[in-house]
Amino acid sequence: MSLLKEPDLGTPAKPGPATVSLEVDGLPVTVPEGTSVMRAAALSGIDVPKLCATDSLEAFGSCRLCLVEIDGRRGTPASCTTPVVEGMRVSTQTPKLEKLRQGVMELYISDHPLDCLTCSANGDCELQDMSGAVGLRQVRYGYDGANHLDEKTDSSNPYFDFDASKCISCSRCVRACGEVQGTFALTIEGRGFGSKVSAGGSDFMSSECVSCGACVQACPTATLQEKSVIQLGMPSRSVITTCAYCGVGCSFKAELRGAELVRMVPYKDGGANEGHSCVKGRFAFGYATHPERVLTPMVRETITDEWQPVDWDTAILFTAARLRDIQSRHGVGAIGGITSSRTTNEEVYVVQKMIRAAFGNNNVDTCARVCHSPTGYGLKQTFGTSAGTQDFRSVARSDVIMVIGANPTDGHPVFASRMKRRLRAGAKLIVIDPRRIDLVRSPHIEAQHHLQLAPGTNVAVVNAMAHVVLTEGLVDRTFVDERCEDFDDWAEFIARPENSPEAVEEFTGVPAEEVRQAARLFATGGNGAIYYGLGVTEHSQGSTMVMGMANLAMATGNIGRDGVGVNPLRGQNNVQGSCDMGSFPHELPGYRHVSDDVVRGVFENMWGSTLQAEPGLRIPNMFDAAVEGSFRALYVQGEDIAQSDPNIKHVHAALTALELVVVQDLFLNETAKFAHVFLPGTSFLEKDGTFTNAERRINRVRPVMAPKTGKHEWQIVAEIAQAMGYPMRYDDPSEIMDEIAALTPTFSGVSFAKLDKLGSVQWPCNENAPEGTPIMHMDGFVRGKGRFVPTPFVPTRERSTRKYPLILTTGRILSQYNVGAQTRRTANVAWHSEDVLEIHPHDAEVRGINDGDEVVLTSRVGATSLRAVLADRMPVGVVYTTFHHPVTGANVVTTENSDWATNCPEYKVTAVQVGLKSAPRPVETGSGETLRPAMVD
Amino acid sequence: MSPPVRMINDIAAQFQHQAPATAAAAIAEHVRTFWDPRMRAELMRRVESEPQLLDPLALAAARLLRA
Repeated sequence: MSLLKEPDLGTPAKPGPATVSLEVDGLPVTVPEGTSVMRAAALSGIDVPKLCATDSLEAFGSCRLCLVEIDGRRGTPASCTTPVVEGMRVSTQTPKLEKLRQGVMELYISDHPLDCLTCSANGDCELQDMSGAVGLRQVRYGYDGANHLDEKTDSSNPYFDFDASKCISCSRCVRACGEVQGTFALTIEGRGFGSKVSAGGSDFMSSECVSCGACVQACPTATLQEKSVIQLGMPSRSVITTCAYCGVGCSFKAELRGAELVRMVPYKDGGANEGHSCVKGRFAFGYATHPERVLTPMVRETITDEWQPVDWDTAILFTAARLRDIQSRHGVGAIGGITSSRTTNEEVYVVQKMIRAAFGNNNVDTCARVCHSPTGYGLKQTFGTSAGTQDFRSVARSDVIMVIGANPTDGHPVFASRMKRRLRAGAKLIVIDPRRIDLVRSPHIEAQHHLQLAPGTNVAVVNAMAHVVLTEGLVDRTFVDERCEDFDDWAEFIARPENSPEAVEEFTGVPAEEVRQAARLFATGGNGAIYYGLGVTEHSQGSTMVMGMANLAMATGNIGRDGVGVNPLRGQNNVQGSCDMGSFPHELPGYRHVSDDVVRGVFENMWGSTLQAEPGLRIPNMFDAAVEGSFRALYVQGEDIAQSDPNIKHVHAALTALELVVVQDLFLNETAKFAHVFLPGTSFLEKDGTFTNAERRINRVRPVMAPKTGKHEWQIVAEIAQAMGYPMRYDDPSEIMDEIAALTPTFSGVSFAKLDKLGSVQWPCNENAPEGTPIMHMDGFVRGKGRFVPTPFVPTRERSTRKYPLILTTGRILSQYNVGAQTRRTANVAWHSEDVLEIHPHDAEVRGINDGDEVVLTSRVGATSLRAVLADRMPVGVVYTTFHHPVTGANVVTTENSDWATNCPEYKVTAVQVGLKSAPRPVETGSGETLRPAMVD
Repeated sequence: MSPPVRMINDIAAQFQHQAPATAAAAIAEHVRTFWDPRMRAELMRRVESEPQLLDPLALAAARLLRA
């Protein structure tokens, strides 16, 4: 399509029915109460000139351009700050208004560079547009008076420039930073003529700015402008698509100039993000064209050989022949594959179909194994389905928000902005996390309770909260009696003295009274909503904790309406979708067990293949079986298991033991070092399909450009299946979604045509909910009644010892994403060029460690080295790092411990020792390679 | 400790609050639902060769799996 310019109605929409009728320039319009005259005018088709107003921000009333006349009122009020009144008659164009507006514009233009023809915003400048709109024909004041034309440009940010000479001090950037993003990094410094936008008195890069791009988007001039636009020029066409980073799944306009992508602009109609973005989605797309990207298939006999570029037919036949050969020698179950949460639903679906129907086994798993598999287990046991309960908008109706084991401002920043907006408006906040995440105390937000628990004690804390709810009579008996089952057994369990806050205080480290207060607040504070992340799931009791949170939500009646719920914040863009699509070895698409004869029969009829009724291997089981010898070949779609999975030494041993490793990816990642076939994948800019975000929202991913590799990933998979003798052919990805819909009851109403029409839908989308289901379990749980499940606290076997006295926990940072394969190949490295170890000053001091020192991090399974950063956001005895950089190899030290129900690795608890690095020594990984030199003793 | 033994002991630890027969049945059902047959077979071999490494509930569950 041509360049999409979304309408800007000047001020935000107001909720409620349209009840107030008025006339604007003689045209009747009816709008909700509280709507501004400016918006009412825009809705009636009349654009009032404006500069400081935009509909993503509350009205400000500073530019004095949107003046109107209203019958019966004196003066010329600003239409942006004047609310409508029944019967109001408004005039937006009169000789008086024309003169006033021209006078205002004269003042603006007298202090603005007249370089429109060479300005980067030429054609996309509201100041330019408004000059035309008000009929400006002269500037009586001349251009030689006092002005700001010599103000310097701040180019410190890698993605945008701040050219202060073009600033009209409308404050849109300042307000966007506060109202939309919630960071408050910008301010107006000085007064009167000396007023200017300031990033806290420093340059942008040194400031609190998080580079979300909200200020750039809000700027009406070229003051804040993307560097790509400055370099390449204004884009000329748009493609609406979906971000490929975190599980928020933001909608973007990919704006191109010819075939070249110029910028990504958040899409106002995107259901997940509603026009907002973060530094990754907005700016960090350069990896798609990075020179290290591999575009040609490659094969090799052994992993010590050089890669041989080959054509697609050769690579596909090589792969198919090797897979069949291994099966002929070692059995049908000797091969398997891993789907990726970074690929589309359609791409995931065909991989699991290839494995089940062409490989003939259920050895399929997905990277969700190592993140949210406990969510799948826990929510299915309690609620009946493996998904979060709410849409993102729901948080605007929450009264008490409980964030557990998640760091939304870094991991899910666009959702965090929604959450912070609600918190600034008065919702209460409970944070349960060993680390003092930014949300605990940030501008205009302070958590009522931060339960800074010891890593590994989540279950004890949530049980203690439930104990308080039960024993203090705070259970919502009406909800429980009507909607739930097995309450009595659970109540008997949770009321036991060992679950009281006082009993668990010693090992959780959380004062009992703090737990009691938090529990009371959650139970009695109105709509209570739980948001959680991998700090819940990546524990040996991850599934137990998910059920514990579900129990607490049910006991307090916080399920089944706006503002409440239990909500996993998914790590990758399509974690939800990859799970929905049947990526787990025990479940077909739609979370139906492979042993169900009726369900399996439906798939067998559609696929024309006999399917196995027994579960297959999960990722860790694949590694164990590879080492043991019964598993011989692995197809890896878009996941870097050699970096992201725990106990890397064991992973490398497994990969080395395999006869065939097929990697389908953008880059020669760490896993590719063990591969025999490399199948180049497509970036999200080339994909055609759908992603499903954390709120079950199915969004279209539209191709911005043709596949640089010459093939879509689903085509590659289908051709391998065909080469193995299984007929699989699609001419278009919409056919794959049609097949998914035909086989999966919760997707039966989904089609590309519907997504194109509605923008997105949230599953279940079927005959009962043809436009989707924003909030689940409203009239009843998916499983009928919500089930209470006793959740005993079983401590991890990973304990701090004299040799390993500290506990390591891991996480992510705003500017980087997962193993960094994408973000490390963008300018985002300016913020995080290496992984560091956060350590409490006390722990550092006793070890003689200073801020910035190189230290060695050692666990019972391995060692690595990295730089120490002293931070009191960690409690004494706990250290923290990220896993974005392979050179650091954080997973060299993580262990084989995993969640009891799902085998999700226990990334969050590893007993370690930290010491100053002295003599370097190579670290053996078991694969013959070495990691960064580190002292292991 | 071999992976199947470690894993079933981890599962058994979660069911200690239940009556032994109920717990053993739940553990066995969990293994049936989620484990690949070769893992179950390996578990059975371990039950024969090193039963002392199994939690009593895990051992009871393994017997149910064999039945």
